[in-house]
Amino acid sequence: MSGISQEDVAHLARLAHIDIPADQLGHYAKQLDAILNAVAEVSSLDTANVAAMSHPVPMTNVFREDIPGVSLTAEQALSGAPAVEDERFRVPRILDEE
Amino acid sequence: MSDLIRKDASELAGLVSSGEVSAVEVAQAHLDRIAAVDGEVHAFLHVDTEGALVSAAAVDAKVKAGDKLSVLAGVPLGLKDILATNGLPTTCGSRILDGWIPPYDATVVTKLREAGVVILGKTNMDEFAMGSSTEHSAFGPTHNPWDLERIPGGSGGGSSACVSSFEAPLAIGTDTGGSIRQPAAVTGSVGVKPTYGGVSRYGIVALASSLDQAGPCARNVLDTALLHSVIAGHDPMDATSINAPVPDVVAAAKRADIKGMKVGIVKELGGEGYQAGVRSRFEESVALIESLGAEVVEVSCPSFPAALAAYYLILPSEASSNLAKFDGIRFGNRVGDDGSKSVEQVMSETRAAGFGSEVIRRIILGTYALSAGYYDAYYGQAQKVRTLIKQDFDAAFAKVDVLISPTAPTTAFKIGEKLDDPLAMYLNDVATIPVNMAGLPGMSLPIGLAPEDNLPVGLQIIAPAMADDRLYNVGAAIERELLAKWGGPILGMAPELAGA
Amino acid sequence: MVEATMNYDEAISKFDPVLGLEVHVELGTNTKMFCGCSTVFGAPPNTQVCPVCLGLPGALPALNKIGVESAIRIGLALNCEIAEWCRFARKNYFYPDMPKNFQTSQYDEPIAFEGYLDVEIDTDEGRKTFRVPIERAHMEEDTGKNSHVGGATGRIHGADYSLVDYNRAGIPLIEIVTKPITGTGKYAPEVAKAYVAALRDILRGLGVSDVKMEQGSLRCDVNLSLRETPESKLGTRSETKNVNSLRSVERAVRYEVSRHAARLAAGDTVVQETRHWHEDTGISTSGRAKSDAEDYRYFPEPDLLPIAPSREWVEELRAALPENPAVRRARLVADWGLSEIDMNTVVNSGALDLIVEAVDAGVDPAAARKWWTGELSRIANDRGIELEELPVTPAHLKRLEELISAGSLNDKLARQALEGVIVGEGDIDEIVKARGLAVVSDDGPLLAAIDEALAADPAVAETIKSGKLAAAGSVVGAVMKATRGQADAARVRELLFEKLGVSE
Ligand SMILES: [Mg+2]
Ligand SMILES: [Zn+2]
Repeated sequence: MSGISQEDVAHLARLAHIDIPADQLGHYAKQLDAILNAVAEVSSLDTANVAAMSHPVPMTNVFREDIPGVSLTAEQALSGAPAVEDERFRVPRILDEE
Repeated sequence: MSDLIRKDASELAGLVSSGEVSAVEVAQAHLDRIAAVDGEVHAFLHVDTEGALVSAAAVDAKVKAGDKLSVLAGVPLGLKDILATNGLPTTCGSRILDGWIPPYDATVVTKLREAGVVILGKTNMDEFAMGSSTEHSAFGPTHNPWDLERIPGGSGGGSSACVSSFEAPLAIGTDTGGSIRQPAAVTGSVGVKPTYGGVSRYGIVALASSLDQAGPCARNVLDTALLHSVIAGHDPMDATSINAPVPDVVAAAKRADIKGMKVGIVKELGGEGYQAGVRSRFEESVALIESLGAEVVEVSCPSFPAALAAYYLILPSEASSNLAKFDGIRFGNRVGDDGSKSVEQVMSETRAAGFGSEVIRRIILGTYALSAGYYDAYYGQAQKVRTLIKQDFDAAFAKVDVLISPTAPTTAFKIGEKLDDPLAMYLNDVATIPVNMAGLPGMSLPIGLAPEDNLPVGLQIIAPAMADDRLYNVGAAIERELLAKWGGPILGMAPELAGA
Repeated sequence: MVEATMNYDEAISKFDPVLGLEVHVELGTNTKMFCGCSTVFGAPPNTQVCPVCLGLPGALPALNKIGVESAIRIGLALNCEIAEWCRFARKNYFYPDMPKNFQTSQYDEPIAFEGYLDVEIDTDEGRKTFRVPIERAHMEEDTGKNSHVGGATGRIHGADYSLVDYNRAGIPLIEIVTKPITGTGKYAPEVAKAYVAALRDILRGLGVSDVKMEQGSLRCDVNLSLRETPESKLGTRSETKNVNSLRSVERAVRYEVSRHAARLAAGDTVVQETRHWHEDTGISTSGRAKSDAEDYRYFPEPDLLPIAPSREWVEELRAALPENPAVRRARLVADWGLSEIDMNTVVNSGALDLIVEAVDAGVDPAAARKWWTGELSRIANDRGIELEELPVTPAHLKRLEELISAGSLNDKLARQALEGVIVGEGDIDEIVKARGLAVVSDDGPLLAAIDEALAADPAVAETIKSGKLAAAGSVVGAVMKATRGQADAARVRELLFEKLGVSE
């Protein structure tokens, strides 16, 4: 079911925004392959008529009233940021707009 | 060393509220203990000496004024470093958060502060709670007070170790697949994972949102119940929080009567793969339970063998998304921003440098399990297995009041022994994981030492959702008999730490 | 790079356009979708943020009930079915204006689905109705706002770095997606525009959003593809973002038709890509091509529980829906006896609701329309504010009209009274009293003023007597001036002619 290649790891690392050095890709591929082989067991059970469970509590319709609460001050909001300018979070240049 | 550190939380609370001992003295005794032994144990990542003494003094002022105190006012506590604390560093054992100070408190922290519980500091953990040994902390491992060369369990090894080394009578842990119960088992302490939704998750850095739950760690069942009662309850800030009365866990811990109860042994959680001494202590407990007038039967949960596999798909999937926010933009550390690189590049370098290898491994695995074309086979299938596990539990609880198993297949292993073998490491949680998958409450209770290595063994007790009180009733009944048999707490058998 | 285009008429003669429209509406709730932060526009940067909408570690979402209710109401107004059970999902991708690096959105379980909206446009054969099929309306959250620093243009390309303000992050959005709209032929641009306009009217009527396209509370993406004939299979589509005015919607469709046609006619393929619309130049430029990076890894949001709106709740909301704007408009045209053109003027002036409000309070429809589309529109325009921002109430207009029909105010005095209202001098009666606004009905002062005016211009009396009655205008004007507008002009004229012994 698996068979993870170095290229797969490189692609996943790009999706996950983790800069894995080329010389470590093989190491991760090997470990992921082993883990995926171990977890392939999930397919062994018959789940044809089984619903997927996304939440362990059987509740629905949990809402909050539309009443303003307490926000942070700009100073608090920015307090943990690595770079700040003009009361805003400063970020390196963005290549393209979504 | 003051004898205050050996006292139970309930006893300390009584001494403080009666004015016999000041909360400041209690706090100072524990701070001194930390100073003396934490160099060896390394349970704490951050000790908040000043904050602890200030909040202890506030409790003393209330005592003087004759104000009503909560059940744990003035009792010191270690807080797993995964709970956001306003003004106190919160690192989750990760380099990426080194130095981050949240501008807000987790709801559990708010409740502790309001109850006058004295927060001594933040305890060590596997990075982002990924691990079963606390070796994956970016700030170095925590050592098991029973044998400093061994692991204290994980991910909440700091919390279990601070309790079992008498640095604090209480601690808060979080349990996604066993991170409260397995550390409790291997350190001879008590730990409870409450019903999912029983304790607010707001302000607890998420590992796997549908599995995470914070809970109490202590040295005996009653103290654990008291802490449980302080942190539990509905929180509108957490949509998955259950809006119902908290089961009376303290009364249950005092009841300690299991006569006429039906107790089920989970056939699939035991036997092969479990250390001999773990098995023999477990069998003794079964006999003890029967001697107390409970009926013990074996029940089968046929889907449980697939739980571990399903868990290692669900957890990394949710974690890969939960950990995406750690990108060095709004908080935490940023790496590689020399002015020439794009934001994407800087995010990627930041995450590569900030996360340890276990975290990276799981993020990549989760990214894979969720990606187009694999979702149904992995994440979707794992969620169906989850339903089967829940059905197994439902069927079992139709027959019995509680279920039992060993908490962990082995006693504490040596530091470094399984570090490079993720699959071997994952097996530590084989008995605890099904409980998280179904959102149920579970306890680990010390039941003695394995004869072959003289290390603690834990008994896992599992109850239906929102029947957390049953854990405490059963746990306290067994504990009472064992204390009588041992002539005192199990931690009295642990070797003295050199610093003491 | 400017791409080749084909003349629109030629393009349409060769190809059949298929439209798709995605509209994002920012809801006008008090608080954000998942936290209690305010949504008020224009606050200082990063002052309307909290651990939740900043995506700080540990924070959790809590769902805004009015956000859900608004989504259901929008769905109902668009003739959609409302899901009996649905969930939020996480859409995972990294972007610095998105605090959690996933958007909490709905994926395969939208709250509303399978609806339609009928729109009317003018065609060569007169007015015609097109039914726009709606696939879904789902809930999600907005992102923060980037501003780009350095480089020559202040735009994203060439910028040295960017600054992010997260005030907008987490504001509730409803994304409304049409199915492919076919059968419009050459009217594709008009249908697109009419759809967005009709949608805007509905949303405004529901009171769920201020629908200000210029402030980004209504944003439109235009998808377009061409095919050889209506029988051919769908062609490759482009997705043009940022089409943020009604005029641009029409232009963007027209442009994309012309651009696609030129490519196809030249034997090139159309690239499936995101494009950016440029309002200033009226063209779109290529953004990024769809790539493997767009694997959003959707999965159900574990931090939010499923939504299962009870059928009672849905029916309650359906019963309380306001009249459909198109139906309402037709009714008002009949009630007020207006022409379609007059009604267009009213709607375009943005005064429709204000006029309805005045009429409901008892003001004559013609008078209400006259004040709101005339004097009051002029004043609002001069001041650069919205009509709604004027402090004029239906009660003001009602009293004004009473005084006019009683003859105690004339048009000019009435305008002065309104000015008093706008500068905050009180209610109409207070202003009339304080400013001394009253038609002078006593003939004595009028005769004195007439005498004065005739004395100042001796020749005018003879001119009038000679039969040039038009010359009376200057005398009346002088009297009006002398009485500061408080004379009844008709009475002045009467008295003048009486005095000079001429008859009209
Ligand atoms: Mg969207
Ligand atoms: Zn907020």
